[in-house]
Amino acid sequence: MNFDDTPEQANFRAAARAWIAAYAPHHLEAELRTAAGTGTAGIKSVDPVEAARSWLKAKASAGYACPSWPREFGGGGLSPIERVIWQQEEGIFGQLNGIFSIGHGMCGPTLMSWASDEQKLRFLPPMAMGEEIWCQLFSEPGAGSDLAGLNTRAEQASDGSRDWIINGQKIWTSAAHLANFGLLIARNDPTAVKHKGLTMFFLDMSSPGIEIRPIRQASGQYGFNEVFFTDVRVPDAQRLGAPGQGWEVSLTTLMNERLSIGAAITTGFDQIFALASQLYASDGPLIANRAVRSKLANWAVRASGLKYTAMRAVSAIARGDTPGPENAIGKLVAASLNQEIATFAIDLQAEAGIITDPDLAAAQGQFQAMLLRSPAMRIEGGSDEILRNIIGERVLGLPGDIRIDKNVPFNLIKGSIQ
Amino acid sequence: MNFEFSPEQRQLRDQARRFFAEQCPPETVRAVLDGQIGHHAQLWQSMADMGFMGVTIPETYGGLGLGYLELCVIAEECGRALLPLPFSSSAYLATEFLLIGGSQEQKDRWLPLLASGKAIGTFAYAEGSAMVTASSITARYAAGYLHGVKLPVPDGSHADFAIVAAKADGREELSLYAVDLNGDGVERSPLATIDPTRHHAQITFAAAPAEPLGHTGTGEAMIAAVYDRAAVLFAFEQLGGADCALAMARDYALDRKAFGRAIGSFQAIKHMLANMYVASVLARSNCYYGAWALSTHADELPGAAATARISATQAYQLCAKDAIQVHGGMGFTWDFDCHLHYRRSHLLAVNLGSLSQWEDQLIDHLQAAKQRDLGSTA
Repeated sequence: MNFDDTPEQANFRAAARAWIAAYAPHHLEAELRTAAGTGTAGIKSVDPVEAARSWLKAKASAGYACPSWPREFGGGGLSPIERVIWQQEEGIFGQLNGIFSIGHGMCGPTLMSWASDEQKLRFLPPMAMGEEIWCQLFSEPGAGSDLAGLNTRAEQASDGSRDWIINGQKIWTSAAHLANFGLLIARNDPTAVKHKGLTMFFLDMSSPGIEIRPIRQASGQYGFNEVFFTDVRVPDAQRLGAPGQGWEVSLTTLMNERLSIGAAITTGFDQIFALASQLYASDGPLIANRAVRSKLANWAVRASGLKYTAMRAVSAIARGDTPGPENAIGKLVAASLNQEIATFAIDLQAEAGIITDPDLAAAQGQFQAMLLRSPAMRIEGGSDEILRNIIGERVLGLPGDIRIDKNVPFNLIKGSIQ
Repeated sequence: MNFEFSPEQRQLRDQARRFFAEQCPPETVRAVLDGQIGHHAQLWQSMADMGFMGVTIPETYGGLGLGYLELCVIAEECGRALLPLPFSSSAYLATEFLLIGGSQEQKDRWLPLLASGKAIGTFAYAEGSAMVTASSITARYAAGYLHGVKLPVPDGSHADFAIVAAKADGREELSLYAVDLNGDGVERSPLATIDPTRHHAQITFAAAPAEPLGHTGTGEAMIAAVYDRAAVLFAFEQLGGADCALAMARDYALDRKAFGRAIGSFQAIKHMLANMYVASVLARSNCYYGAWALSTHADELPGAAATARISATQAYQLCAKDAIQVHGGMGFTWDFDCHLHYRRSHLLAVNLGSLSQWEDQLIDHLQAAKQRDLGSTA
């Protein structure tokens, strides 16, 4: 049992580290650290999209952008363990990729599995290098955890063009307002059972009939959008998979998720430990307080448990194996940690805990930002409840819930059509 | 990076699991629980024959001379099987005290007997209620004899010798002494505890012949060192127990029907089981961290041991209590094994001091690490 690299891995790590030391935007590091866990690229001194673009462009020139993608598609052609080592070395600068992560993590792998060779060569390299931004048009106001209950319609035009006409509404679309292209799942056949009547497309986000409205979140920020489709035309060549195969196509991205391990999950522990070490009460430093220590220890072991669970996954990757199901716990544990830690950090600041002004609040207001952001972390990308279902059903082998919509044509499910 | 047990170590774990499944089924544990068997000498000898007692004892003393990682995988299986024997007292405590503090003569005398299972050792520390601290210990040693009362002493009824924490005449620091429990001046009486599957005793030393183990006044440091090692090993026992309780609950949730379907299909039950799984995964990863620190003699062992200890304590307590909840009323019957894990989880939560002591140790360690980091970047 050891944490050591093989000689080849050590060489790769040394080269990556040297390259990062030479070329990373070190002037943004402090800003990125303060913003960690608050859900924005978090940099205000420069345009975050441009900062992300120039970082990707630099990385692409050295083969570090989309490290595990094939080189012909703009990637680095690196092995899975090299990708993990790269992510470890990239560290906080990985936060810069934010706006491109949907494309790199989800849209790209889907295109790689389902698009034509010509399309892959056209779309993947600009995505990898940050020249084109992609968004994912999946969730709807009436279809979140139950995504397959979506209502956006795709009907083939009767004018002989074989184009698809899209009507409906998507929601929670990150970066839609900046995106050049989108990956869209829509219902082509309402008379089929709900998972069977879906089709996947990609489309130009400047197509006529698309309207994008930013959503103001509970935190006051505008990270997401609603996207409205009114008779939007999508060429049939931009269909991914067969009509009715959309659900299967959507699962491609999920298969990739287990490999996207190695990047640090932000738990907030380091930040709360630093805060508790700095603050004083009338009877001495807060970190000397019995109750404070107990809470810190509790969070420390959860954060450490996540860290070493990731190490076990990396070990599996290094051996050429697929990491085990235990990696399903990451976001579930981290999201609650963020929320509990932010709540306690604000309590430690007492009356002043309400102040959000970075110039006045303790720790530049990062805990206030974390508090307001953390409810979203427990929902996005699979709510706590869905994640517990997944652990219960796929890991522990428990039976699924009773589904009254199972095997029923979508249009006959009560309340399905909106 | 290879943050995983080796194929040989995993093979040893599987071998231990099969061994305990055959030799230590729940009926064996229950025989001890019900008082039909005191010390299960036959199972003890079988474990010795497997070499389990001497895993970390060098070959020159008749042990296997393997490392701590091998002992960790065996410990996990002991926990899974609810082993009702003095293995931990002998192998994690007495053996380790001898290894770090024993004179050549003491090692020569006791280690071969421990490795072969012919002798059982233990550690006598606590003296009744209240947290044990160096200042709270009242046992005294003078001129070759020990005086004092120790309770609870794990396996005190069956152990052949004990390492005893006491104060030398005229000194306030702790020292350690080896005492033959079958000799003069030793009176032992069994204690009723929350976990009758593991024996505990009160031992009264009235002029019991004793010999120092290690230098006088170094007891506290030796105890801290052995407790860090033992915390990792017990954490693996807790982990094995947690996984066993979770598996029992999962199986029951698949089997038991209510309202026309398996109760495991209800989210209230499913999510409880998912939470148990999460706690067990976190504990396992932290235990691996502890095992790494233990096996490499890393400076961060005190922090890693505390991390493994806290995490495994939380996981076992959660899995054991919610295993009862998943089983409903059946889980609260004497006949179901749920209460055995509930009992054991609460014994192992305090047998090396309370959770708050380990929390303190962890925060101390993190503070020191932070100071070092600041120092190295300054």
